[in-house]
Amino acid sequence: MHLEYTVVEGDFVNAGTASSSVKKTLKQLNVQPAVIKRVVVALYEAEVNAIAHAYGGKVLVDIDSDKIKMTVADKGPGIPDIALAMQEGYSTARPEVRDMGFGAGMGLPNMQKNVDKLNVTSEVGVGTTVEMEVAFV
Amino acid sequence: MDNEQGFFHSLYVDGDRCIGCSHCMKICPTEAIRIRDGKAHIDGERCIDCGVCYSECPMKAFQIMEDDFGEIHNYPHSVALIPAVFLGQFPDEIRVSRIYAALKDLGFRHVFEVESSALIYAEAKNRYAMENKDKEPLISSFCPAIVRLIQVKYPSLVDNIIPLKAPLDISATYALKKLTDQGVPRNEIGIFYVTPCAAKIAAVKSPVGEVKSIIDGVINMDSLYNIVFKKIKEQGKNYVFPPLETPRLSADAILSTLTNGERRICMAKRSYSIDGIHNVIDFLEKLENDEIEGVQFLELRACDQSCAGATLSCENRFLCSERMYGRARKAAERERNGEVPREREMDAHKEYLIECSGVEAVQPRSVLTLDPDISKALEKMEKIRRLKECLPQIDCGLCGSPTCDSLVTDHVCGKGSIKDCVFYQRYLERTGQMTPEECIDMMQNIWGGNRISGELRNKE
Repeated sequence: MHLEYTVVEGDFVNAGTASSSVKKTLKQLNVQPAVIKRVVVALYEAEVNAIAHAYGGKVLVDIDSDKIKMTVADKGPGIPDIALAMQEGYSTARPEVRDMGFGAGMGLPNMQKNVDKLNVTSEVGVGTTVEMEVAFV
Repeated sequence: MDNEQGFFHSLYVDGDRCIGCSHCMKICPTEAIRIRDGKAHIDGERCIDCGVCYSECPMKAFQIMEDDFGEIHNYPHSVALIPAVFLGQFPDEIRVSRIYAALKDLGFRHVFEVESSALIYAEAKNRYAMENKDKEPLISSFCPAIVRLIQVKYPSLVDNIIPLKAPLDISATYALKKLTDQGVPRNEIGIFYVTPCAAKIAAVKSPVGEVKSIIDGVINMDSLYNIVFKKIKEQGKNYVFPPLETPRLSADAILSTLTNGERRICMAKRSYSIDGIHNVIDFLEKLENDEIEGVQFLELRACDQSCAGATLSCENRFLCSERMYGRARKAAERERNGEVPREREMDAHKEYLIECSGVEAVQPRSVLTLDPDISKALEKMEKIRRLKECLPQIDCGLCGSPTCDSLVTDHVCGKGSIKDCVFYQRYLERTGQMTPEECIDMMQNIWGGNRISGELRNKE
């Protein structure tokens, strides 16, 4: 099954739209609550990142009987040093974003913690693509 | 709180009163109601006994099971276990002692208030909280409709529910212990719980495992209100009742049943109290997504204004609530003057009562799952997505289901047919797959035989 969502730059109000919808779908598929939680947490982080740092993007989700693949692809400034961005607490978020309670530098590390596979590719000045995979068993 | 067959429900539809108007179907928070043969039908798997349908029904067609009041006379030691909100039902000029006197005149030998165990319940919760930091945010087990809501819709949160019996059970245990300690044989004691809502009865009637509930009978709060009010009116203004021990609960105990009542006396640094089932649902969605961090305790109540707004409350919820605040203010005044609240007599049995109040962990019983087998569930979901395109997505309810989505889901799970959709029927008619007569038949199957215009019926 394939699902798609659009992420709009700066639209924090609707952060979580994709993750909520995916959560509902996984509940209907009888996926274990603990697994659903990991998926939702990781996807939510990725959504927030695209909203906070980029100029919008797309969330693509593919579900089959043993795993879920999620791709969050944004058009944005890109990440010059991915290894640095993966460190807990490292953040380039603007002060106004931090004031909203986001941008603590836990986004990528939190995704890493919750998924089975994480792949971040980025081109400075073009955008970032985050690919995540979670197995159901 | 559920037996092997599924949930016990005290809520049912009176077929003679129901006109199938579908108000209930539209408002049910778990989409548990469908219209068939012109009447509302409740899906027992989905219903959580919140009572929203009961309050919404213009025909008063929903009923809540109760025992016959006369049964109290079968026990020499009949006990009325009343919730504090019962006392909030009466006009200001009827004092609490007067209500107690009427209950005794009606045949109750003993009267206990449910909330007398509120502080013991609070202590049991605090002890559990100290030992289960890893399960935060902890969710109170006070409101049984909320416990069931979490079981059916938020299975990932069942472990957050504090596995403790509610004050109702603790007070019943105490009443029983007090009387048996005085030498009264168990078979002479009849404990009658006066319930403010459907959910509490359901919880009483289907306790966990094979343990029989210690409650011998249930009386609905609105029925008892009528009986007591009539008695007081008969006795007249100048009735002199014999002196009796008046219930003197603490302010904390009286307020525990209202919104914020548990939260104000819990130990948590960060906690929320949320009332109204739709508000609770909004909050749980966020909580389930991990969007709310650092919360230690949640007091969630299905009814707006908590038990003051309960299904079987006859009084306006705000008036009831204010009366209870009034009573609590007086109680607080007495406490400041050094009076010890009556409920403290329970402290002698505190450890025993806390020990009795544990229950097994709450189990999830999700109704959202399309199929236990994920491959089949995926197939069904693909089918749902395809079929959704056939429906207008306006949620008109003419198919007898609350939304287009629920109709498609019912169809795919073999509980309904998308041919019930009047829009889809037009397509089938136009393509010659269905005759107008067949469409009328389908509509009558949903809404009953008498809803199609008389002119058309006569022609037939």
